[in-house]
Amino acid sequence: MTNPNQPVVRMSSITKHFLDVTANKNITFNLYPGEICALLGENGAGKTTLMNILFGYYTCDDGEIFIKGEKVNLSAPKNAISRGVGMIHQHFALVPSQTVLENIIIGTDSGKGIFLDLKSARQELLELQERFGLQIDPDARVWTLSVGEQQKVEILKALYRDVDILIMDEPTAVLAPAETVDLFSTLRSLVKEGRSVVFISHKLNEVMDISDRIVVLRGGQVVAERKTAETNTRELANLMVGRDLLEIIEKKTLNAGQPVLQIENLNALNDKKLLALKNLNLVVRQNEILGMAGISGNGQKELSEVLFGLRDPTDGIIKVNSVPLKFGSPASTIQLKMGRIPEDRIDTGLLMDLTVEENLILENHSSSEFHRYGLMKAGRIQQFSEDLISAYGIMTAGRDAVTKSLSGGNLQKVMLARELAGSPTVVVASQPTRGLDVGAMEYIHQRILQERERGAGILLISEDLDEIFALSDRIAVLFEGIIMGEAFGEQACREQIGLWMSGVKT
Amino acid sequence: MISFRIVKREPLPGWAKVVIPIAAIIVTLILSAIPILIAGGHLWKSYYYLFYGALGTRFNLLETFVKSSPLLLTGLAVAFAFRAKFWNIGAEGQLLAGALTATALGVSLGGVPQPLVLPIIIIAGFVAGGIWASIPALLKTKLKVDDVVSTLLLNYVMIHIMGALLFGPLQQPGSSWPRSSAIIKAACYPILLARSRFHMGILLSLFAVFVIWFINKKTTFGYRSKAVGVNVRAAHFGGINTTSVILWTALISGGLAGLAGVGELCAIQYRLIMDISPGYGYSGIVIAMLGNLHPVGVLFSSLFFSVIIVGAQTMSRMTGVPTYIAEVIQGMALMVMLIFLLFTEYKIRVMRK
Repeated sequence: MTNPNQPVVRMSSITKHFLDVTANKNITFNLYPGEICALLGENGAGKTTLMNILFGYYTCDDGEIFIKGEKVNLSAPKNAISRGVGMIHQHFALVPSQTVLENIIIGTDSGKGIFLDLKSARQELLELQERFGLQIDPDARVWTLSVGEQQKVEILKALYRDVDILIMDEPTAVLAPAETVDLFSTLRSLVKEGRSVVFISHKLNEVMDISDRIVVLRGGQVVAERKTAETNTRELANLMVGRDLLEIIEKKTLNAGQPVLQIENLNALNDKKLLALKNLNLVVRQNEILGMAGISGNGQKELSEVLFGLRDPTDGIIKVNSVPLKFGSPASTIQLKMGRIPEDRIDTGLLMDLTVEENLILENHSSSEFHRYGLMKAGRIQQFSEDLISAYGIMTAGRDAVTKSLSGGNLQKVMLARELAGSPTVVVASQPTRGLDVGAMEYIHQRILQERERGAGILLISEDLDEIFALSDRIAVLFEGIIMGEAFGEQACREQIGLWMSGVKT
Repeated sequence: MISFRIVKREPLPGWAKVVIPIAAIIVTLILSAIPILIAGGHLWKSYYYLFYGALGTRFNLLETFVKSSPLLLTGLAVAFAFRAKFWNIGAEGQLLAGALTATALGVSLGGVPQPLVLPIIIIAGFVAGGIWASIPALLKTKLKVDDVVSTLLLNYVMIHIMGALLFGPLQQPGSSWPRSSAIIKAACYPILLARSRFHMGILLSLFAVFVIWFINKKTTFGYRSKAVGVNVRAAHFGGINTTSVILWTALISGGLAGLAGVGELCAIQYRLIMDISPGYGYSGIVIAMLGNLHPVGVLFSSLFFSVIIVGAQTMSRMTGVPTYIAEVIQGMALMVMLIFLLFTEYKIRVMRK
């Protein structure tokens, strides 16, 4: 059965519709024993849908699935698991208040009658840990673990269920560089034993690093299949987006000017009332992009919220163009000409149930240009929004279209159009390209660079190191609420930044 | 095997907003057959007298307009508040605040030049309702007190305040009933059509439809209150002073309900009694929902409601079906509309295995 030429999984002519959208169109996909196969594609290419079908999470509208040579009808994940298919989603399915061991045995029949047999379960777990080098204290409560450790628990959970076909959905999205290295060595040891791994990703470098074979999806169809050894990132990028993509960022050499954003001794609490920012000091100057790297959960959210006027700091001063910012007041940030791109554009940035025009006018509607005695000047507003829609190439049925009908990339364009319309002195962008496809990402990057050339100072908070390195004039790393280190963009090396991100002071 | 699943649907086109309430009314009327038959009424006869009683004669038709005026104002009050997600369940109390103020002024403004009496009463009634509504709005914005609970409970507070005053300073001298003296002539709404009760307040409430439509559609305040209703967090992020928007929304909403109270007092009862309102404030909630929170929608749904209420009287006399049927139909209209609204967002998918 472990003949390496016989696929362990054969999916043929898989088609899946969601309402009017075809997520998978006639896809044929094979997985062989002992390989790591990468599913590469932009957001919305259909990667996760295809794997959710294999995991029994969705049923396909059309097509057949064979696992280990046997035709299967997967109506629920439990059917898939019993056939050795396991899937680890981006959001883990762990119970935070329970221990590692308890999480691992949940839903299995480890026990005698109504009693749990923790002893033999523990034994089995320790053996698995030994075999694959996944060291975690079985008695640790899950909430005390880092994201990387939680991922290990998920992998152990799958192995404990004798999974030999492991699907991982963008597993590195939440990991620090060092944790990624760890994960990769675990995956390699898994396939060495003849298991198979499907690695869903849109990060080219990782895919080149870890996979044996790459299947590229675009618009719900398989567009190419390559042996990893026989391809390169450039070819993959082109296959993925279907055109020659030149995400080569050309940055003009500019000298940073006057400081436009000064953060002095900033302290702030997070939602749990713990100190999330500790005596933070930062300066962003004109014509400069300061990239704030770091793994999420190290104070980025709190920093951006304080800057946006959504969170009161406990101490500190923020000055925009030397004028102190009034805390807790988004109106004050607007007045001081700060352009703000929030991390959560759907819930914080945009009013999804209003029209595109109503979103574009939000921060300007009370300026005298757009109203007189409280009466809105409809003509002016229409002109303003139509100009922005065409200037930013926002794809919409019109200014009157409801905002939630727009795609992710176009939502972010609306966000940018609104925030950059007033030629801000400072732009604070938090995860501006998260969840966007390559085309939209490229556009956003170009816009940020244009702002830099225009003379704005930009604070770019991002988890995407490629983005940070490509755009930043200076890079600062945030770790547990403090700046671990700063480096100039050209001189910064990834390893150095990676160490800082993991809290290693050098 | 067949299974059902509720799934999100694509946004509906604009005409659905008009078609859905009409469909809801039709379905409600069909469903009303059940209680009518249970009550022993003859079905076609009952429907006939329901509509004949409301629309069949000049007097009945004008009575339907008379009845629709307070319903329209409380409906507008609720719709305007709900649009900004200020859950004003307290239109009843705000209506009473308006009626109470109108009474206090109506019995005591004898020394004021006559043409000024009504404008003073109307403005004061509006302000009284508005202030009563601004209490829960302040509690909501400053102390995060749930507005559904506080607006609802303040209704009972107002009922007891009214009771205390009707047994106290406002009680008609010499009367042992909880009722006030009659208001002075100058405080009464002019009757506009002879041999009817068609009064100025009806035109005032129609004017309110226009004003609310205008605020919603044309003013920066209407824009802000819509934004706050859609997503407070994003509105705040966009620089809108959400506290002030909610407060002003409450003032206007309560003011409209207050006007309903002024109208009932100055055009119908002419003196304050405990049952000045048979629950107009609560009906306003249903009317606002049925009207899809749109002022013109509220106009039509309030007319539908007054047809049912006025028509039920004739139906009851002619067929023996109790007038309570009107309340059953109102309740049913709300349920049907809520279900219909649910299906504007979701749909049922039948899955065959």
